[in-house]
Amino acid sequence: MATRQPVLQVKDLFKHFGGLVAVDHVSLEVYPGEVVGLLGDNGAGKSTLIKLVSGVYRPDGGRIIYNGQEAAFSSPMDARQQGIETIYQDLALCENLDAPANIFLGREPIRHRLGIFRELNRAYMEREARQVLDQLDIHIPDLRRPIRQLSGGQRQAVAIARAVYWNARLMIMDEPTAALSIPEQRKVLQLVRTLRERGVPVLIISHNLRDAFEVADRIIVMRRGRKAGERITSATNDNEVVGLIVGAEQEAAEQEA
Amino acid sequence: MQLAKPLARPRRQTLELVSRSWSWLFLLLLVIFFSLTGPGFLSFFNIQSIGSNMSSELIMALGQTFVIIAAGIDLSTGFIMGLAAVISAEVLTVLAASRLPLPLVIILGLLAGIIGGTIPGLINGIIIGRLRVPPFIVTLGMYGIAEGIAFLVEGGQPISVQVNGVGNLGNGYLLYYQSSAGFTFFNPPTGPHGAQLNGVVSLLPYPLIIMIIVLLVCHWLLSRTKFGQHTYAIGGNAEAALRAGIPVVRRTIAIYTLSGLLSAIAGVVYVLRFTNGAADAGNPLLLDSIAAVVIGGASLFGGEGTVIGTFIGALIIAVIQNGLVIIGVEPFWQYVAVGAVIILAVLVDQAKSRITA
Repeated sequence: MATRQPVLQVKDLFKHFGGLVAVDHVSLEVYPGEVVGLLGDNGAGKSTLIKLVSGVYRPDGGRIIYNGQEAAFSSPMDARQQGIETIYQDLALCENLDAPANIFLGREPIRHRLGIFRELNRAYMEREARQVLDQLDIHIPDLRRPIRQLSGGQRQAVAIARAVYWNARLMIMDEPTAALSIPEQRKVLQLVRTLRERGVPVLIISHNLRDAFEVADRIIVMRRGRKAGERITSATNDNEVVGLIVGAEQEAAEQEA
Repeated sequence: MQLAKPLARPRRQTLELVSRSWSWLFLLLLVIFFSLTGPGFLSFFNIQSIGSNMSSELIMALGQTFVIIAAGIDLSTGFIMGLAAVISAEVLTVLAASRLPLPLVIILGLLAGIIGGTIPGLINGIIIGRLRVPPFIVTLGMYGIAEGIAFLVEGGQPISVQVNGVGNLGNGYLLYYQSSAGFTFFNPPTGPHGAQLNGVVSLLPYPLIIMIIVLLVCHWLLSRTKFGQHTYAIGGNAEAALRAGIPVVRRTIAIYTLSGLLSAIAGVVYVLRFTNGAADAGNPLLLDSIAAVVIGGASLFGGEGTVIGTFIGALIIAVIQNGLVIIGVEPFWQYVAVGAVIILAVLVDQAKSRITA
């Protein structure tokens, strides 16, 4: 693993909001084709950390190295254009539009009619959407339905398909299974595995242990802004990770001392 | 459960179909009702005059359609229409006294009105898009500003336009047909006089042609272009549109500018039809034009609506107004009828979202 170059390397990242230190000198790496689970309790700094990586916030200290180069994203759009796609809990989809329109949102293909009329190329959008959805094994029978009429899992899948279509080189997912039914959670986790097979690294944020153990190759735990620990999933267990999340080991050590 | 399923599906589809096309059915019922009760309602002449009469209102409503789909509202369209009308009338009157050739006078006069109405729309767009002031407030302010300026230009009295050709453009027809003379363009056949004139059939009044052209252009813009797609996206989820890289500010400015432009065209059509420019030419149409958009299936929360829907909505209002006059009902009942239809439209919309949710 050491010989491979990480897709994302975060070194000593630091961010505070006034007196509140949200991310306290955190370092981590994400390698090609692996799924990294980022776990932690509410307020542990997970969300702030990914917002730093996806260009929403600017770090107050430390470095973000993306594809071997120092990165300073000026905006989420900037990060997206360089291949970092973030899928938020609220999905950032237009529910009144259909799946192809959402996949091409803001990047709609144009065709020329009679030389002067610039029209939306609907046929192309539908063809490409169908193709990427098929590749990911996502079934949406009627592509022309507004996605409001799809299930939560299908909407999540559309958001993922959009990221895949636009060649995401690093996928960040913020609580992708929250608010989904059990079969739909399974479907989304299956999609995460599909992404890994395609070589797209995924950084998945969750406070659901089961999710992390099911898909992540590595688990990173955050607690009170710091990295509390990092484990290979196959070499750890629930108890150890829960211990890291709630800080049991640390407290035990403090008591002993 | 297993028994219920195969039954539920077709029923749901029927309900969906009815809720989606209720306005067409309603229009059809109105037409049937008035054809049976109103003599001459279904005549060729009357149908074309419904088209002419609704032209300004529909053109204004089309601008409002874009605004409402983008989750906004434009309250200033009525007085923007009035402002465009008085500016156009004033410029026509002033230029008519000069030595400019007549076609140029008319073109410049109409253009002045259109520009004069587009500017307030542009200002609306800039304040709403760039400075993020709620559209209700901004356009309410512009309502007052446009009203004041329109009355100042007008000087308290509608400006009567005494320019040859203006009235003909607003009330003439593209085609005339008479059994002995056949088809003639632009002017009635010169031969017949008096009683013979009754045999002349007039086709396609100019306001109707202008309305149809604007309707087609708007339909194309909304349903086929990137601009239209972005209008829906902004209304559906402005935050998502922004994150997806849609130039939301620029699009918002364009949407309100378009609304101003179309209101101004409505004002110019008014000048052509009535050969005068009145400051309050458009304001009575404001509520009806919003009603047309809502009856046409647009959601005031944004994201939903079509140009064809607005067309049907405006047609329903125009048919009610025309039909009630023909069957001799007191005109005030028109307000009651249109008001009831608006509420009905919203009820159907709510039922629809329950069905499709």
